[in-house]
Amino acid sequence: MSIELRHVSKRFGSVSAVEDVSLTVADGELVALLGPSGGGKTTVLRMIAGLEVPTSGDLLVRGERVNDVPVQKRNIGFVFQSYALFKTMSVFDNVAFGLKIRNTPPAEMQARVDELLKLFGLDGLGRRLPHQLSGGQRQRVAIARALAPRPSVLLLDEPFGAVDAKIRQELREWLVRLHRELHVTTIFVTHDQEEAMEVSNRIVIFSRGRLEQIGSPRDVYEQPKNEFVARFIGVLNVLELTVRGGAARLNELSFPSHGVAEGETLRIGFRPYAVQISSNLQEHPHSAVIRHVYFLGVQLRLELETPSGLILRTRIVKDEFLRQGLEQGSSVSFQIREYRVLSTGANNLSPEVATVHSAANFAEGI
Amino acid sequence: MGYSIAYLSLVVLIPLAGLLIRVSAMSWADFVRVAFSDRALAAYRLTFGASFIAATINAVLGTLLAWVLTRYRFPGRKILDALVDFPFALPTAVAGLTLANLFSQTGWLGQFLVPLGIHLAYTTGGIVLALTFVSLPFVVRTLQPVLEEFEVELEEAAATLGAGRWCTFRRVVFPALLPALMTGFALAFARAVGEYGSVLFISSNKPYVSEITPQVIMGWLDQFEYANAMAVAVVMLSASFAILITINLLERWASRFQR
Repeated sequence: MSIELRHVSKRFGSVSAVEDVSLTVADGELVALLGPSGGGKTTVLRMIAGLEVPTSGDLLVRGERVNDVPVQKRNIGFVFQSYALFKTMSVFDNVAFGLKIRNTPPAEMQARVDELLKLFGLDGLGRRLPHQLSGGQRQRVAIARALAPRPSVLLLDEPFGAVDAKIRQELREWLVRLHRELHVTTIFVTHDQEEAMEVSNRIVIFSRGRLEQIGSPRDVYEQPKNEFVARFIGVLNVLELTVRGGAARLNELSFPSHGVAEGETLRIGFRPYAVQISSNLQEHPHSAVIRHVYFLGVQLRLELETPSGLILRTRIVKDEFLRQGLEQGSSVSFQIREYRVLSTGANNLSPEVATVHSAANFAEGI
Repeated sequence: MGYSIAYLSLVVLIPLAGLLIRVSAMSWADFVRVAFSDRALAAYRLTFGASFIAATINAVLGTLLAWVLTRYRFPGRKILDALVDFPFALPTAVAGLTLANLFSQTGWLGQFLVPLGIHLAYTTGGIVLALTFVSLPFVVRTLQPVLEEFEVELEEAAATLGAGRWCTFRRVVFPALLPALMTGFALAFARAVGEYGSVLFISSNKPYVSEITPQVIMGWLDQFEYANAMAVAVVMLSASFAILITINLLERWASRFQR
């Protein structure tokens, strides 16, 4: 079911939680609302559910305005961060709740609940009470309960926030599978960019109540619209350069001035993968020492420190790291293959300039 | 543990034991004759009946009051909240006197109610009223913390599943409140059973009609029949005890969903 927000704002008293957000979610999509806490993403989710009413703007479902439709009539499934399971009811009764309200015939209700319990790996647990379940099981009950009345949209608020890291990974994969099988339009809120990247088809990034960017995980990673997005999604090295003698410089590093006047500043950003390193000290123009190695599995994240004390983060495949005989404390040469200009001195507050510049051949001042 | 037992013995168990020892000096026939005399039976019925009604009224109105006090923010809420404890602080004799005065034929409210046939002063209705008044704080004070902790998300979850307000209250909120409500009910009931001072003033204290058990006990004491007074007291004690245990078991059943 398609959902559309048109210039939606929400204020709580004098505090503005959501400001002028417009966005469309197509039928069957799996969308992540991503942003730091207090960014307004949960408020957006609650407005879609009908738990909050927009202060201004329109909310449309299948093209029809639903601002004034009460939550009970919206036919949405909502999964709360705290799960909000009914403690006094068994797992079965929890899942059956929405069906009971709709006066579903007992046989049909029994069949639907059994089907969901089975699908969610909860068969045999129907008579348990919520406090007798593990965190992961509780969450699955919460999702099963939300899905039981066949909602047209499934909304999840920080669905993986309350479980430990290992189960979180399983749940993510499970949610993707579930979405593939049931094909119900799903919107979830998260503050974890990795989670958003891994699970969703599309990411909506919020910060301070404003929509920063909408796009596929790849889009927002490779084509961030602004510095906030670039920094929020993945790891970003940011350098603040000053133009001196026709080039933008910071300690031993220098870049083209990009038309910035002498004495003005310039911010650039680059992803870890843009930093190439080599154990051959002659291969690249700059030198650094590997200050720290983080094992991430197949990949390693390295922290480089230049002689002047700049810290840069880079990634390297483990095999390559071993082949070059590198270790913590090794001296390496490096180059920055590409970077983005995030902001220029005159233009500090609209950092939407996002051009990739190849720095590989820029040898000035090395 | 040791401290609790010592304290409990000193304050509760030793006086109770004294009572039982005193009664055990009576013959069984004497005990039955006194403790189950018609006058005593009528008093038991009135005491427990009126207390039960009072506790029930408080269970309903107290829940409502606790709900309003925890859920709504309005000017004067703090004052109202403080007023709930008023029956604790007020000497019960004063409460009885005030109520009797209020509802008597010439009282503020009585002058309007009596012509309508509603007699609250010097009747069993008045006893219920007095008992309701003195036991009011118990339900409110036991429910308040539970209501304050109650997750709003549970109600929202019910709403997203299609439940209206009343249905949400009946199926989600009420079962969660039930254990605390039963505790409050039990406390209010116990308080009402033990009430003496306020009833003395508002009841006409007629034997067989509007005389509560403590008055029967007082009656025996006035005649220096200590053993007879004790006999009646023992019956009351056992009954209260049995009722409290029953409510406790019910409460345990109602809270089976808790850890």
